[in-house]
Amino acid sequence: MKAQVNGTARDLADGTSVAAVVSLVGAPASGVAVALDGAVVPRALWDKTIVPDGGVVEVLTAVQGG
Amino acid sequence: MDDPLIIAGREFRSRLITGTGGAANLSVLERALVASGTELTTVAMRRVDSAGQTGVLELLRRLGIEVLPNTAGCRTSAEAVLTAQLAREALETNWVKLEVVHDEETLLPDPVELLDAAERLVNDGFVVLPYTNDDPVLALKLQDIGCATVMPLGSPIGTGLGIRNPHNIELITSRASVPVVLDAGIGTASDAALAMELGCSAVLLATAVTRAQDPERMGAAMRCAVEGGRLARLAGRIPQRFWAQASSPKV
Repeated sequence: MKAQVNGTARDLADGTSVAAVVSLVGAPASGVAVALDGAVVPRALWDKTIVPDGGVVEVLTAVQGG
Repeated sequence: MDDPLIIAGREFRSRLITGTGGAANLSVLERALVASGTELTTVAMRRVDSAGQTGVLELLRRLGIEVLPNTAGCRTSAEAVLTAQLAREALETNWVKLEVVHDEETLLPDPVELLDAAERLVNDGFVVLPYTNDDPVLALKLQDIGCATVMPLGSPIGTGLGIRNPHNIELITSRASVPVVLDAGIGTASDAALAMELGCSAVLLATAVTRAQDPERMGAAMRCAVEGGRLARLAGRIPQRFWAQASSPKV
């Protein structure tokens, strides 16, 4: 199935969790948050939350700014 | 003299809030932050793969500086609200520097989107520090809907043009019941001192320090300027006179 991960189209196995996508993009262990289809997925739900076909995932962290 | 800055019940000894953008590298940033004496510093939220691991969070934690996530880059209320919620999840803070800008050329706040986002975030339990225009009416409205500060610009972000409308800043500080933080436009130390003399409770700046030729020394300069301006404000300046007035006794 296909999903958008941080703006890039990706082929993901059916049943891929948000947690798997977070490690796929190489996110650091802390200071990271995820939005799925425009809503925050709390860290405690990363394992249980499955990315749907056509899902839009954003994985964000803090950078220098402001 | 004990004169803490208090935002949403939290006390800070420093009245200088800094940003982390624009520094050549983390080592330069670290020296500038330490010299500035800041206790509260902004970071931006970006996609993991485009940003890489910057190490800025680790740096701030090591220095004991509180992290203030911003919503830089957001153009709409909806974007800003989601970014704030992501920052709360990632950084475990409900504080947010709210930025909703209208366009890239001016980076001026979009007042309609800003007010809407501020209201939604306040209702969602955030401590909202909004970056706003130097508009005394908008500042009052932001305060009235429950923002923890109002943060009017001196001039557009990154311009270093200083405080272009000091009277507006004074109108804002004279009516505010929350701390007023002069945010954006600071070019050099005298701009920061003026902000404090106009009654601001704090100054937020980044570029003026991080892109100075010597960021560490400019960080120290800003620290002194904010302290000096605050002292002058509390001391009460003399009235301005048209004619000279001798300060020595007559011969």
